[in-house]
Amino acid sequence: MSGLEKSRVEPARRIQFAFSDEQEQFRTSIQRFLNDKSPPTEVRRLMATAQGYDPEVWRQLSDEMALPGIHVPEQYGGAGFGMVELCIVAEELGRSLLCAPYFSTAVLAASAILNAGMEAQKARFLPDLSSGARLATLAITELDGNWDPASIGTVVTPDGDGYRLEGVKSYVVDGHVADLLVVAARLPQTVGRKGLALFTVDANAGGVERRLLESMDPTRKLARVDFQRAQANLLGNIEDGATSIDRTIDQATIALANEMMGGAQALFDSAVKYAKMRVQFGRAIGSFQAIKHKLADMLLEVELAKSAAYYAAQAAAAQDAEWPALACLAKAAASESYLHTAIETIQIHGGIGFTWDNDTHLWFKRAKSSEVFLGQPNYHRELLMQRWGVER
Amino acid sequence: MSQVDEAEVRAEVREWLTANWNLDISVVEWRSKLADSGWGMPQWPRDWYGRGLPVGFARVVEEEFANVGAVGVAKSGVRLLAAATLLEHGTDLQKKKFLRRILTGEDTWCQFFSEPGSGSDLAGATTRAELNGDYWIINGQKVWTTSAHHADHGLLLARTDWDAPKHEGLSYFVIDVRQPGVDVQPLRQMNGHASFNQVFFTDAKVPVENLVGRVNEGWKVAMTTLAHERRGADGLATPSKRAARVGRVHAEERAENEKANEPYKWYPQRAGRVDLIIERAKETGSNRDPGVRQEIAKLRILSKSAEWTARRARAAQQQGRPQGPEGSLGKLAASHVARACARVHTLMTGTEAMLTGKESPRDGIIAEILVSVPAVSIAGGTDEIQRNIIAERVLELPKEPRLDTGPFRSVRRN
Repeated sequence: MSGLEKSRVEPARRIQFAFSDEQEQFRTSIQRFLNDKSPPTEVRRLMATAQGYDPEVWRQLSDEMALPGIHVPEQYGGAGFGMVELCIVAEELGRSLLCAPYFSTAVLAASAILNAGMEAQKARFLPDLSSGARLATLAITELDGNWDPASIGTVVTPDGDGYRLEGVKSYVVDGHVADLLVVAARLPQTVGRKGLALFTVDANAGGVERRLLESMDPTRKLARVDFQRAQANLLGNIEDGATSIDRTIDQATIALANEMMGGAQALFDSAVKYAKMRVQFGRAIGSFQAIKHKLADMLLEVELAKSAAYYAAQAAAAQDAEWPALACLAKAAASESYLHTAIETIQIHGGIGFTWDNDTHLWFKRAKSSEVFLGQPNYHRELLMQRWGVER
Repeated sequence: MSQVDEAEVRAEVREWLTANWNLDISVVEWRSKLADSGWGMPQWPRDWYGRGLPVGFARVVEEEFANVGAVGVAKSGVRLLAAATLLEHGTDLQKKKFLRRILTGEDTWCQFFSEPGSGSDLAGATTRAELNGDYWIINGQKVWTTSAHHADHGLLLARTDWDAPKHEGLSYFVIDVRQPGVDVQPLRQMNGHASFNQVFFTDAKVPVENLVGRVNEGWKVAMTTLAHERRGADGLATPSKRAARVGRVHAEERAENEKANEPYKWYPQRAGRVDLIIERAKETGSNRDPGVRQEIAKLRILSKSAEWTARRARAAQQQGRPQGPEGSLGKLAASHVARACARVHTLMTGTEAMLTGKESPRDGIIAEILVSVPAVSIAGGTDEIQRNIIAERVLELPKEPRLDTGPFRSVRRN
């Protein structure tokens, strides 16, 4: 593990407003790796493939950087760090738009297993996910696209030692390449948050049919998964099912917010660079106040939402009581900020910004799909109000 | 240079306070002791009412004062900006004449910079100063002057050369406010308060020894004043801390602060009162309206993010890292927060938002928010100037071509 020293990352006692020197070095080492492995030409090459990633780069990211298990305890083959480091990785992946099954395997599936799994299950699944040997994902949302777990309709019925799974999951990130599916489903005749739990399903087992969807953001592959009496095993227990699902979604939401701010920063940097370079009316367009003020406002928006994303990660790492509310806050802020930055970056580029050859649209599409992924801003704002105790 | 030891300094202050702190003397008498001992401004030079300690020790000394509840030197208004400017650019005669009475609170100061014709463009000042024998004769108008109606002296920026480029024809003076050629009028704001003045100069006189710095080099001196203004707070007086606050000296300090702060009672409203939002949502039933809930959440996300951005800037500073862009954004963020507050307060208050005064919600506080918020994005540098600063200094975008670089006489102006 480059950069970080393990002894330094005891769970944070209180919320930090600056990254430590070790964390900054860790970030730099990831940046160096990604600058090399994921330039826009590579992003373009991989996004056009059905598989959507380069297995060799994934192996290096796993073997050399130990990133898939960055937040997984060492006894399960991980690097033993926490939310703050996971979010640093997410931010840098968002900046470089690396095409790789990281969010699915590390952020969603590994976290779900950590949150819900019994000791033996963690020991069984996590080492392979941490080493990058197996890919996994989490399936929550269904055809209605609702991110509230209470709306889950996929049903499990007890069958011998295990369960049989019946239903359709959609918007499953990297569902087409995952080896292992972690699926949120409910016991028969239950409604709302009762009877919900997480189940593991072998993605290649009988009764599992996966179909790659045409996603607007081709750097984030989405799949639909049909389960027809597929064999499933309960992850953890039914009593804590809903809590584990919530916790996993909240953590993923914070990681996503950080990923989004990395992307927003990349767009913003490109807009500033272009404004200094592009000449019209005999002047760099960045010398016009119309552009200057737009960029100043964009900087403000990016920094504000970044503060929210960082704070949420720190609060989750410190187990601050408010952290689930902060997940909603950070996601709502990141959604507005990232998309607006993307729109304005195209605007500053003018005509060329709307072309396929210009790279801006790669991030624009990630901004648009991330705005929706895990819940749109209005959904998170309402949830935030409820979590702040302002009842309807 | 020997290291200054904090424990030694603390022991020294404590000893001095034990020997001198007295609740029953007048505040001026007490502050005279502070000026003579140097403990009122420990970071100032030894020759000028200080003790020559590093700046960081001001807080140490302040803590010791707070522990016994001792009153400090006068700090309200622009007096300390005046003092800092004179310390850097003033003559010994000026320092001798003014500094001590600044600290004792006997003299009040104001700042004659902004003019009706030059707001953001401060260097475009057209108030003129013409030398006539031993006096500079001042004619013109200043505006947005805080406390001019009870000030004794003013820091004046005036034009002394009309043929030089705008920044090179200004000079800096200390002017006696209490003279026939100076007419101070209250300036009533749209929220009904009159916190500032407009001041008319008609053949007002400034003795030559009150020129600060050299003729036509006033801009540089003004920059010192403004740098201290930016570094400091808003000039509101704060009472001595953790004090029992009894005895003559405290009573006099309290009266002084009340007088100094009275015109600024609306400042919290100007910032939007985000602290009232959740209470008001429950009190008005707006918490049941899904649309308003969205707006409340947006506002609180904004204000929390602004708060954390400021914390990030401070944390980076404490770690000795170079300041990132987050350090320059506070003022612009505050404007956004204030405007969002005004919008959400209106949504929640409903039709009653058409009312003002005692019978309106929260004894008129809500109405005062609505009519005070427009000041935030103007006072202390407009949002547009802030954006220019961010764009040019932080993002290093090229400056706009200027049309005001020639002789000031031929520059277009109001």
